[in-house]
Amino acid sequence: MASTETGATSESLPQDPTNDLQSTIHGKARLGDKVFRNLSTGSGTLILVILAAVATFLVGLSIPALTADPEELQYGAFWAYALPFAFGTVWASFLSMLFAVPVAIGIALFISHYAPRRLAQGLGYVIDLLAAVPSVVFGLWGINTLAPLVRPLYVWLADNFGDLPVLGWFFAGPVSGTGRTILTAAMVLAVMVLPIITAISREVFLQTPRLHEEASLALGATRWEMIRQAVLPFGTPGVVSACMLGLGRALGETMAIAMVLSPASVISFELLTPSNPNTIAGNIALAFPEAFGLGVNQLIATGLVLFVITLAVNMTARWILASRKEFSGAN
Amino acid sequence: MTATTMPTTTDNQLTAGQLPRFSAIAMLVVVVAVVAGVMALFGTPAIGAVVIVSVLVFLAAMYALSWAVEGSRRAADRTAGHVVTGFFVLALLPLVSLVFSTVAKGLERFDVQFFTYSMRNVIGEGGGAIHAIWGTIIVTGLATLISVPIGLFTAIYLVEYAGSNKLAAAIRLFVDVMTGIPSIVAGLFAYTVFSLILGPGTNSGLSGAIALTVLMIPTVVRSAEEMLRLVPNELREASYALGVPKWLTIAKVVLPTALAGLVTGVVLAIARVMGETAPLLVTAGITASMNINPFADPMATLPVFVYYQYMTPGVPQDPFYARAWAGALVLILIVMGLNAIGRFIAWKFAPKTGR
Repeated sequence: MASTETGATSESLPQDPTNDLQSTIHGKARLGDKVFRNLSTGSGTLILVILAAVATFLVGLSIPALTADPEELQYGAFWAYALPFAFGTVWASFLSMLFAVPVAIGIALFISHYAPRRLAQGLGYVIDLLAAVPSVVFGLWGINTLAPLVRPLYVWLADNFGDLPVLGWFFAGPVSGTGRTILTAAMVLAVMVLPIITAISREVFLQTPRLHEEASLALGATRWEMIRQAVLPFGTPGVVSACMLGLGRALGETMAIAMVLSPASVISFELLTPSNPNTIAGNIALAFPEAFGLGVNQLIATGLVLFVITLAVNMTARWILASRKEFSGAN
Repeated sequence: MTATTMPTTTDNQLTAGQLPRFSAIAMLVVVVAVVAGVMALFGTPAIGAVVIVSVLVFLAAMYALSWAVEGSRRAADRTAGHVVTGFFVLALLPLVSLVFSTVAKGLERFDVQFFTYSMRNVIGEGGGAIHAIWGTIIVTGLATLISVPIGLFTAIYLVEYAGSNKLAAAIRLFVDVMTGIPSIVAGLFAYTVFSLILGPGTNSGLSGAIALTVLMIPTVVRSAEEMLRLVPNELREASYALGVPKWLTIAKVVLPTALAGLVTGVVLAIARVMGETAPLLVTAGITASMNINPFADPMATLPVFVYYQYMTPGVPQDPFYARAWAGALVLILIVMGLNAIGRFIAWKFAPKTGR
């Protein structure tokens, strides 16, 4: 700054005055600007307020159910009531991920690396259509079409694997007469989360650096070897977080479970029997219309448990995505 | 010697040691025929069993053939290709089956009466879903009216005003959190808010709209933010250089440029929440009569109508099931129609990205 006072530089463009000009002259304050800025900031803040309200209301109305005397509660002691449902939620989601993840990754690879270029985008839309189907229609389809269709398979599974040492834990009979078991519900869930995992994985696979792929092919790799060497290692974090987001959806999905499952309040790993562990969301949908008094608070408290579980899963997914910024296309 | 042997070894050096292109299709046809034939010897086979066994035999036979002719690496490559393609076909099956069964069973009651009658005083056959259709339109419309301005202005804040300050980071984080809220939890939230204000056990269309708003805002914010970011900075700078104030620049330059993308995002968000069932089950509830006042009394909506028609049928069950399927067909038509409109707008007015 001091150098500007010397003769050598004062002959060139005077710098201080221009700096002063930039720092002192502001644009004219306009009413429209003010209104627009405040509206925008207000909307952003409102979202934070809404979310805080969601959390506050859920916690506030859960507390009576957690602190009340178990004798007074409509559904008995809270944790004994909620635990089977929490188990059912995790178990059903786990099963659905077992079906959905390999298929979704396969579809994503098909669209990104196998399908003809012209068709690829159209095929992607077709898979996205699955995401557009309302969940209640999935429920109808699950009861009417899928359950009768898979029941012969369940009978076969129970006959052949039901008596074996380890597999018997999962495939023991008696087989449900309607086919509406947790395995069927998990299949419907899998179809519902498929488009989510596919959409993100596809984006991530498409972002594989061209040079990596071409280098691999130039060294004589077949297409599958190229995918294993270049595409999958690059895409793994993105695929993991895609699966977590799909898991978050599966945990919270209500109607497919409420309609397809013939529910019970049990903790059981058996896949084919008529008594299946219900999920938190499914139980709320079934029990809420008949709940009264503290029972409502109890159901809201189970909703809070569900909220916490999905929140943890989603935050982990976002954290994985954020720690690898190059996968931003997945957002 | 060489002149006589060359033509007989192969006619094309480049394809030597490879299976012909039609080999996979030929193998598939042969395998299905053989498997169906063999299984028919042991009694009438189920179609599903034939398909499953055929697929497994096809994969094994194709691997063996390719391994013998082309070597193990190419055999693995072929198998991977078949498995990946198979997964894609596998995912199409539920979509096709679902659309087929909905159309086949829904057409039975897809008549004028379904769109002109409510369920008031209907016990067995007859009746319709006009009350549920109006309910869906009102609830979704209200949710759109609330969430689109909030979502749009939030996106404007994030893109045009905030830069990378802490509030913006917090908003982005919590919009992500909101995306993950299970729909039933959103319903519980709206229910608790209204039961605290108006007393317990209140169902109304407005509470349903609030539940849908919670689900809709994050979708709108995300798509709008992405679209506003696509607007080139040169446009904004050109506008500023002409002395246009910032808010007019946003309103007259940025928003019109991104309009197609914004509309697409909103349409897809509407399509998404229109099919939501669980939050409306606990908030808007169900009624048999027409109710177009969203501020009081339960309001039937199409997804909830379908759910109750199917899950709690009356004594002759068939009319209830038929109404449920017709409702599902209407719902699927509306949602898929909205999706098609959204995609069409996006495709028609898409900014050229150069790829």
